[in-house]
Amino acid sequence: MESIEFLKKLCILNAPSGKEYKLHSYIKNSFKEFGEIKSDEMNNIYVHKKGEKKGSIMLMAHADEVALIITEILPKGFLKFKGIGIDSKTLVSQEVTIHGKNDIPGVIGIKIKGEDKSNTITMENMLIDTGLTTEEIEKTVKVGDMVTLKRDFYNLLNNNVASKAIDDRAGIVSMYECAKQLQESKHDLDVYFVCSCQEEVGHRGAKMASYNLNPDIGIAIDVTFDGGNLGDTDRENTLGKGTVVCVGPNIHPKVREKIMDIAEKYNISYGVEVEPGNTGSDAWDIQVARKGIATLLISIPIKYMHTSVELANMEDIKNTGKLIARFIEEIKSEDLEELLCF
Amino acid sequence: MFLEKLSNASAPSGYEGEVRKIILSEIKPYVDEVKVDKMGNIIAHKKGKGKKVVLDAHMDEVGFIITSFNEDGTLKFDTLGNVNSRSIASRSVLIGKEKIPGVIGLKPIHLQTSDERKKSIKCSDCCIDIGANSKEEAKRYIRLGDYAVCDVKFESLGEEMLKGKAFNGRVGCAVLVDILKQDTNIDLYGVFTVQQQVGLRGAYVAAYDINPDIVIALNAVLCDDRPDVSKHLMSTEMGKGTAISLMDRNAMNSEFIDEIVTVAKEEKIQYQFITTSSESNNQSAYLMSQEGCSAISLGVPCRYMHSSISVVSKSDIKNTKELVLGILKRLG
Repeated sequence: MESIEFLKKLCILNAPSGKEYKLHSYIKNSFKEFGEIKSDEMNNIYVHKKGEKKGSIMLMAHADEVALIITEILPKGFLKFKGIGIDSKTLVSQEVTIHGKNDIPGVIGIKIKGEDKSNTITMENMLIDTGLTTEEIEKTVKVGDMVTLKRDFYNLLNNNVASKAIDDRAGIVSMYECAKQLQESKHDLDVYFVCSCQEEVGHRGAKMASYNLNPDIGIAIDVTFDGGNLGDTDRENTLGKGTVVCVGPNIHPKVREKIMDIAEKYNISYGVEVEPGNTGSDAWDIQVARKGIATLLISIPIKYMHTSVELANMEDIKNTGKLIARFIEEIKSEDLEELLCF
Repeated sequence: MFLEKLSNASAPSGYEGEVRKIILSEIKPYVDEVKVDKMGNIIAHKKGKGKKVVLDAHMDEVGFIITSFNEDGTLKFDTLGNVNSRSIASRSVLIGKEKIPGVIGLKPIHLQTSDERKKSIKCSDCCIDIGANSKEEAKRYIRLGDYAVCDVKFESLGEEMLKGKAFNGRVGCAVLVDILKQDTNIDLYGVFTVQQQVGLRGAYVAAYDINPDIVIALNAVLCDDRPDVSKHLMSTEMGKGTAISLMDRNAMNSEFIDEIVTVAKEEKIQYQFITTSSESNNQSAYLMSQEGCSAISLGVPCRYMHSSISVVSKSDIKNTKELVLGILKRLG
């Protein structure tokens, strides 16, 4: 299947943190040609593609998306909520899906005037409007139910796409691209493609999956800020100019140099970004699992992160998968010890 | 439902063409005369005896207009009409006649300073992004002054409510189109105006042209009937019937209003009064034209009226149509 079709279908599906099983059957169907598939009690999915020799590498992209949670059910079908990681300024007039007994649509509306006559945009002044009656809503929704953003998938110029949940469905698509590339080739290492759970609420799935698999190398595939006007102007990340390799204490230096050499060798365009501490990704928890795992963080640059209109470039997503595939092909089991040692 | 077609069409203030076409083809078989005036208003006439009665609705919706190009290929924009500035970020839009897709982006929260997090949004804090890599590339697809509207699909919300864009304006148009399809004995003008959102502009011109005796302006009206709002600040309540305006920027003709209430009671049509007075609607334009006339405003309560997504109740729309037909019967 074409990567863009896969990304579109994944983005439109809903999987708030804790409910990643909502993606499972679609992901299982899509990855089953590449290897054996398992899932664990916390909703991590593992796809295992066997290698020729010894050693293993784990690729990880998180399946969950940023979401809201219902805190109170009010009369006339209104719901009070809190957010995890979403800017309240981007929520006014936003369409949402409430995951109760069934999925119901809603619209977030803000009070016309705050009590103090202010115009501030806070979740305190917002409610989800379902258009249902009090009786109808109480039958379907309860406090603690999760809510995801609703947005169509848009094809823009230059192979750019915009949707909700590009973070981190784009990472899952990169893994798919990588798996497709590896079908044609031989590789020493066992490869595990992992769709991790609960990254947005503390990289929970990363801890468990890393403990479970205990790979020699772990590569977290996530999204990062672009360096443009509405991004992080200190970074050089540019959409369309390639995947971004992270440098910093969370990242194994020799493994990182190796992947950069491979990018140069195969003429795969990439950028570099610096993270002086916590990378805010699964990489942070992969690195310290069990006795430690050599970790990389490879990121797809996106604009407008954690809004319903995240924007990324399809070439960056595909090249991320391609780069990691070449990397896996080039790692020989007998070189692993040398590569990982300090 | 005809409202669905109207709501999904793109027609912000000054660029009402798409909706004008839809309405013209729908009403032509039912009226004696129809013309489009120098500003783009549709003026339809069903000939009859007695006083000149105007039913007015506005075709335009709020939107955005492209004001300049950024070097990085994104677009600077401003609002067209009375847009709630708090609702502009994180939207998908369609630009111009070709409906080129774009998104309105905002700097991610992780990168905002604590001051930026607290302050409200302006158009200059955002951009419209069509995926272009440079100003030159953007210019190949977009021209200065192109309009943009939010990409919102009309849908039901529960059994009773509807959600979509542009109910402010189009809900009045839908009711008016329905009424023009009925037989009425009076001298009736159906006026679908332009540019209401930028200052009742079309209505002033139509008012002068027709010089009516009686005007009923049909529109969506403010409704903030949330559990976290005090009752007197709600303006109106959903599902409680057609809203009658007692006063907005002008005081209303109280005798006319008494007659309307009588009709509503006799025909057993649900109605309510609007309890706030900050909105202005087309009937003000008719009041100020030539020697003035008897003009009132009737409306369908509408949540989130000034944003890209609003919510109305099906029963309120039905009640509004029935009330207007009841009034017209009495005038005939």
